Amino acid sequence: MINQKEVIQNAFKAAFPVTVPIMAGFTFLGLAYGIYMNVSGFSFLYPMLMSLTIFAGSAEFVTVSWLLGPFAPLKALLLTLMINARHLFYGLSMLEKYNIPGLKKYYLIFGMCDESFSINCTADIPVGVDKSWYMFFVTLLNHLYWVAGATMGGLFGSLIHFNTQGLEFVMTALFVVLFLEQWMKEKHHGSSLLGLGLSVLCLTLFRGANFIIPSMCLILGALALLQKPLEKVGGLQ
Amino acid sequence: MTMTLGQQIVTILMVILGTVLTRFLPFFLFPPNKPTPKFIQYLGTVLPSAVLGMLVIYCLKDINLLAGNHGIPELIAIAVVVGLHLWKRQMLLSIAGGTITYMILVQRIF
Repeated sequence: MINQKEVIQNAFKAAFPVTVPIMAGFTFLGLAYGIYMNVSGFSFLYPMLMSLTIFAGSAEFVTVSWLLGPFAPLKALLLTLMINARHLFYGLSMLEKYNIPGLKKYYLIFGMCDESFSINCTADIPVGVDKSWYMFFVTLLNHLYWVAGATMGGLFGSLIHFNTQGLEFVMTALFVVLFLEQWMKEKHHGSSLLGLGLSVLCLTLFRGANFIIPSMCLILGALALLQKPLEKVGGLQ
Repeated sequence: MTMTLGQQIVTILMVILGTVLTRFLPFFLFPPNKPTPKFIQYLGTVLPSAVLGMLVIYCLKDINLLAGNHGIPELIAIAVVVGLHLWKRQMLLSIAGGTITYMILVQRIF
């Protein structure tokens, strides 16, 4: 029997390489967020603590403007629920995978940002590697990259001068790759195509981030209507 | 700054609460010790693909096809990512190749 320490080390070694693109993306986006808070007049403690406790990039960016405006806690709560509504779908997708014993489960759910979700959801965890520790390290490393980036941005934001324009595309590239991986694994592409198609439709109807909630409703409706045929052709497993 | 420190902390707590709610709710509603409804189990198998598709589009939400560079750098860079991935199927190579392409396009060409 391998001892616990080895189990943890093996999981870390398997998880780290997968998170490298996120290290690049989160350091950059975290820096951008920290700099934004810095130039908005906040101490580095704000981006540091907010990235640690909120750990949801888009919500953190808008919180800056809420902190600069009048005190409206209910508005902050409702808008956060709307911005982060997509997490509901992540949770529904991960009910089984994240159903692991112990406290790790709660951290996995707390840290379920877009990147941790999509990696843990599509990961082909090597045989012999402990799944719960693997998913734990993916989440923890992503969390660390994000906090480190945001803190550095808050501390040294105004001193950084090199041309990083376009680096944010690393996140788009990550999601495209994970989408492709899922595509190559699945038996039929009904659900993938619905997700893409209905999102494009909603994005043309509703501008910017407003497309998310209508897309989720349409996707849910379409999947409900197509339950019989989609179950017939078989799911992923 | 118009808010007091206390008000700032409450605002941040609200954002934390909102985020935690959206992440924990499904696990709360469908705990492992109770049988999960068939429809939710079905959603668990088909949603991941649809959500990943939605996430790709989410990244492209700020593109304006009618103005600026019309989203051409994004389309080219995504084509590079897909091409590289179908060719070598190495995650890091596909991501790095696409990102470098995009950076060159927006810094030098568009």
